[in-house]
Amino acid sequence: MKKLYKIYTGLIIFFMYMPVVVFIIFSFNDGKSSVWKGFSLRWYANLFQDKMIMNSLWNTLIIAIIASVIATALGTLAAIGINNFSSRKRIILLNVSNIPILSPDVVTGVSLMLMFTIVGVAFHFQMGFWTVLLAHISFCAPYVVLSVLPRIRHMDYSVYEAALDLGCNQFQAFRKVVIHELMPGIFTGFLMSFTYSLDDFVITYFTKGASFQTLSIKIYTMTHQRINPKVNALSALMFLAIVIIMVTINLKDRHDEKKRGIRV
Amino acid sequence: MKRFLCMALSVLIMCGTAVLFASCEKNYDGEINVFNWGEYISVGDDGGRNVIQEFEDEFNIKVNYMEYETNEELYNLLKSSNSNYDVVIPSDYMIEKLIDEKLIQKLDYSKIPNSKKIMKRFQNMSFDPKNEYTVPYTWNVTGLVYNKTMVKTAPKGWSALWDKDLKGKMLMFSNSRDAYAIAMQLCGITPDTFTKADVDKATEKLKEQKPLLKKYVMDQTFNEMERDQSAMAPYYAGDIYTMTTNNDSLVGVLPEEGSNLFVDAMCIPKSAQNVDGALKFINFMTRPEISAANMDSVTYASPVEGAKELMDEEVASSELVYPPESYLDKCYTFKNVDDEVYTYMQEKFIEIMS
Repeated sequence: MKKLYKIYTGLIIFFMYMPVVVFIIFSFNDGKSSVWKGFSLRWYANLFQDKMIMNSLWNTLIIAIIASVIATALGTLAAIGINNFSSRKRIILLNVSNIPILSPDVVTGVSLMLMFTIVGVAFHFQMGFWTVLLAHISFCAPYVVLSVLPRIRHMDYSVYEAALDLGCNQFQAFRKVVIHELMPGIFTGFLMSFTYSLDDFVITYFTKGASFQTLSIKIYTMTHQRINPKVNALSALMFLAIVIIMVTINLKDRHDEKKRGIRV
Repeated sequence: MKRFLCMALSVLIMCGTAVLFASCEKNYDGEINVFNWGEYISVGDDGGRNVIQEFEDEFNIKVNYMEYETNEELYNLLKSSNSNYDVVIPSDYMIEKLIDEKLIQKLDYSKIPNSKKIMKRFQNMSFDPKNEYTVPYTWNVTGLVYNKTMVKTAPKGWSALWDKDLKGKMLMFSNSRDAYAIAMQLCGITPDTFTKADVDKATEKLKEQKPLLKKYVMDQTFNEMERDQSAMAPYYAGDIYTMTTNNDSLVGVLPEEGSNLFVDAMCIPKSAQNVDGALKFINFMTRPEISAANMDSVTYASPVEGAKELMDEEVASSELVYPPESYLDKCYTFKNVDDEVYTYMQEKFIEIMS
């Protein structure tokens, strides 16, 4: 039985990581094709001097950071607000907030494009950085609401009142107590928004306009001929970055827990 | 808590300054939005020329270079959104459609002196008979590629794709127009334009072929052929040239019946904001040395007189990249087809593939 477990786990890991291993190996291939032609760093060199790819990477990161920060702020406040309504209103509002999550990206994307086009014609602006940013904020915020709300439900409201009794004004009590309690939920919401924004293709595609593009769009358009191995090199580097971030977060958690004297 | 606030704030400030820096890193005299096929320009890989950078440096105009995947995608974006592209590079039949629907504008050729260098064959083409709207960017034909270790008799024409001996080892275009063109040629129809009846005839032909095929693909053809996974496939001849450089057992063939001569040409949409910059860009791209650099990286042929001589000799001497004049006389170029017939063809093709 134990052996079976091991084989099962092994297979799962194999299928999850095999593609990653393949693209990392091929990012060092000297040829442009999927035929192995020897080791080379050629695609890494080409990647760093390809202005278009670097530019799209930069756009992707900027949009993801700004959108997730703003969405986190808006979503947290919305969650607190929703929680304070009577139960019927709360259910209605929560559903209003959840519908964008459930509706297909294509629908969201097309409707945003139509709206931006109409508003754009009326007020003379073109789709571009700002429309993509607005779109990303709007599809990220519901995820934050979703991850913060359960924290609020479990929060002991009397802690907030105690803070007020002990001399905090309302804002201080909110900042030092409520936000502190909600922090794990807020952080999850932030991470979720960040990742969703990072790999969104459909909505960006419809709202990007004529002079702006992100990485997912850039890679998609490469398939007309075939995906350039520069993308393998880029993916390998991004994968490496994620691994480093994960390891540092874990190490830091271990460190913090030891400090507090909790055994894992 | 404070730490988080500090972090969030510093990230915000960083972003703010980054955006500021990005927007004023250089003072340009305007910008143009260029919309081209993916991977269709020389970006300076392996020490090649970075064409866009050169244009920006020379004219001090910022280029926002965007890419698309299909002609239909380009059409939809031009038709439905208020995004303003200054230069677009659609293919033959799509140009005809864009002209019909008044989505692109007439060009001021006095500002594109290099357009005189366009070869005679590529002036006044069927999609732009009076030469008013376009400056060709590239051209090539469709062809056949086969693996000589897997195919006994060298194929001569399209009928080889119906060869029962190669059952399960052949690929076919998953792009309806290209697939139907091949079938129509074999039914004796010239595929530049067609009727519903022609589609029906070709549908029968394609249905006959389906059990012999491994699958319908587009860019996967590269992988399948280069890794000896399939024996024969139709594809664009310039790309077949690239495949043959990656795998020595692959051979490219120009089908004896003739094939589709396709031309992608630069146009300026009606909604363009910087027509002057766009004209400069078109003129720049039509310089022989720039066109040669682009075609070296795309491995298609240049319509500009004198570019072939400046290209990498190995690329330019291939008949797949530059098919001989005598062959081009046998070829046809796609024309715009009535929307209704086109949709009918697409529906039929989906029926066949599924």
